[in-house]
Amino acid sequence: MNEYNFAYLDEQTKRMIRRAILKGLAVPGYQVPFASREMPMPYGWGTGGVQVSAATLTPEDTFKVIDQGADDTTNAVSIRKFFENTAGVETTEETEKATVIQTRHRIPEAKLRKDQIIVYQVPIPEPLRFLEPRETETRKMHSLEEYGLMHVKLYEDISQHGAISTAYAYPVKVSDRYVMDPSPIPKFDNPKLEMDAIQLFGAGREQRIYAVPPHTKVVSLDFEDYPFEATKADHPCDLCGAEDSYLDEVIMDDAGNRMFVCSDTDYCRSRREAGHKGRLAEENAA
Amino acid sequence: MTAQTQFFGGFQNAPVQAAHAFRAAMTVMAQPGEIRDLRGARPPKPLSIAAGTLLLTLCDPETKVHLAGAFNTDGVREWLTFHTGAPISQAAVADFAVGTWAELSPLGSFRIGTAEYPDRSATLIVECDALQQAGAILSGPGIKDTARLSLPDAPALQANADLYPLGCDFFFTCGDRVAALPRSSQISVGA
Repeated sequence: MNEYNFAYLDEQTKRMIRRAILKGLAVPGYQVPFASREMPMPYGWGTGGVQVSAATLTPEDTFKVIDQGADDTTNAVSIRKFFENTAGVETTEETEKATVIQTRHRIPEAKLRKDQIIVYQVPIPEPLRFLEPRETETRKMHSLEEYGLMHVKLYEDISQHGAISTAYAYPVKVSDRYVMDPSPIPKFDNPKLEMDAIQLFGAGREQRIYAVPPHTKVVSLDFEDYPFEATKADHPCDLCGAEDSYLDEVIMDDAGNRMFVCSDTDYCRSRREAGHKGRLAEENAA
Repeated sequence: MTAQTQFFGGFQNAPVQAAHAFRAAMTVMAQPGEIRDLRGARPPKPLSIAAGTLLLTLCDPETKVHLAGAFNTDGVREWLTFHTGAPISQAAVADFAVGTWAELSPLGSFRIGTAEYPDRSATLIVECDALQQAGAILSGPGIKDTARLSLPDAPALQANADLYPLGCDFFFTCGDRVAALPRSSQISVGA
C-alpha cells in the first residue's frame, strides 16, 4: 500500500470532500456540490461513495461494503479490495464489527450504532430530477421549499395504480425542510433512516454529497388517506426463516419454482449459524 | 527554549492525523453537544491545539480564512500560510474564521450562504476559555432528545439558527478539545 497516499485520494481532495460533508451535516438533506474526482472505477460503481469513504476512513477503521445487501457481489468485493489495497484498513462482512459501512441500495438489518458511519452510493441525488430535468429549476424548488410536484407524482401513482407504487428511492423529508432521495434503497428501509449512526451520501457522477446526522427526523412523504407503508415480499426467508428482513426473489428453474432469501447476506448467515432454518435450509446444507 | 517559527507545528503524518482530526470534527458536527479530543498540530499562540488542528485539516489554498482580533498576528499568519496556503481575508468573504467570541461578534459580518446554496456560509472556530456539557439546551438533528453545551452567547446563536437553512456553523475549541454547533440546532437557555 506504500504506493498510494492513505485511502487513495490526495489530501487536498480529501479536504474539499470533508468540508462538503461538514456542510451537509449542518444542513441535513441539502445536496452540497463537490468537485468529484475520476476514480479508478466507472461511474455507477460507487465513485461517490468511494470518495466519501476515502475522506472518512482512518487506519483503525473496520470497513464493510454491501451491494444490495450482499457482501459477496462484484461491486462490494472490488470496493472492499480497493480500500484494503489503498488504505490498509481491516475489512469485515459482519455488520456488528464494522465502523464504516459503504452500501449500495440497502440498509443492513442489524440496528446500527452511534459509533458507526454508513456511506450510501447514490446514482441520482436529486429527488425531483425525473419530474424537472433542469438543475436551475430544482435548485429553486428546494430553496423555496416548493415540493408540490413530488406530491403530484405520488398522487398520480395512486390514481393510476390505487396505491403509491414507488417501491425504492422513496422520497423523504429531512428535518422538516429538504426533500431528499434516500438513494435506491427499498422503501422497506425508509423507517431505518432515523438511526443512531451518521449517514453520508455520495453521488460521484452528479457531484453531490449530502448527509443525515443521527436521530434526525426523516419522514417518508405520503397522504393522510394513503399512509406510507414499508413493504416487503410476504414470505419468510427460505434459508434462515426470518420474517422481518427484506427478501430477494430467486428463480430456481424453468418450471417457475422460486425462493425468497434475505438480501442482507450477513444477517442471513448469522441467523443460520444461530440455528434458524427456513423452508429450503436442509437442501442448502446438503 | 527555542522560538517557534512558522515551519514547526504541522502534521507529522498528514494523511493519518488529518483523518483522525476530521473524524473528531465530523462526530461533533453530527452530534451537537458532544466533545472530542482534537490534536496533531502545534500552532503558535494564541491558537489552541484544537483550532490549529482544525485549520490544518480543513483549510487549503481554496479557503479564505479570517483571523479575528488577537489572532491576526504575524506568527499565526505565517504559520497558516506556510502549512495550508490559505489566503487571509476579511470577515465578509471568509470561509473560515478564528477568534474568541468577542472578536468574532457581531455574526452579521459573516457569510450565511444563499437560498439556493446554503453551504456557501462561513464556519467559525470560536476559541473558548471553557468547554463543557452544561448550560444551553440543544435540540434538533444529531441530538437524541436534548443535549447541553456551554455556549458563549445563546441568544445570538439562536438568532443564527433562526436563519435556517442559512446561517453560520460553529466549532468551539478549548485547548485540545472541540465541540460544534451547526445552524440546525435549536437553543434554549438552561436553568
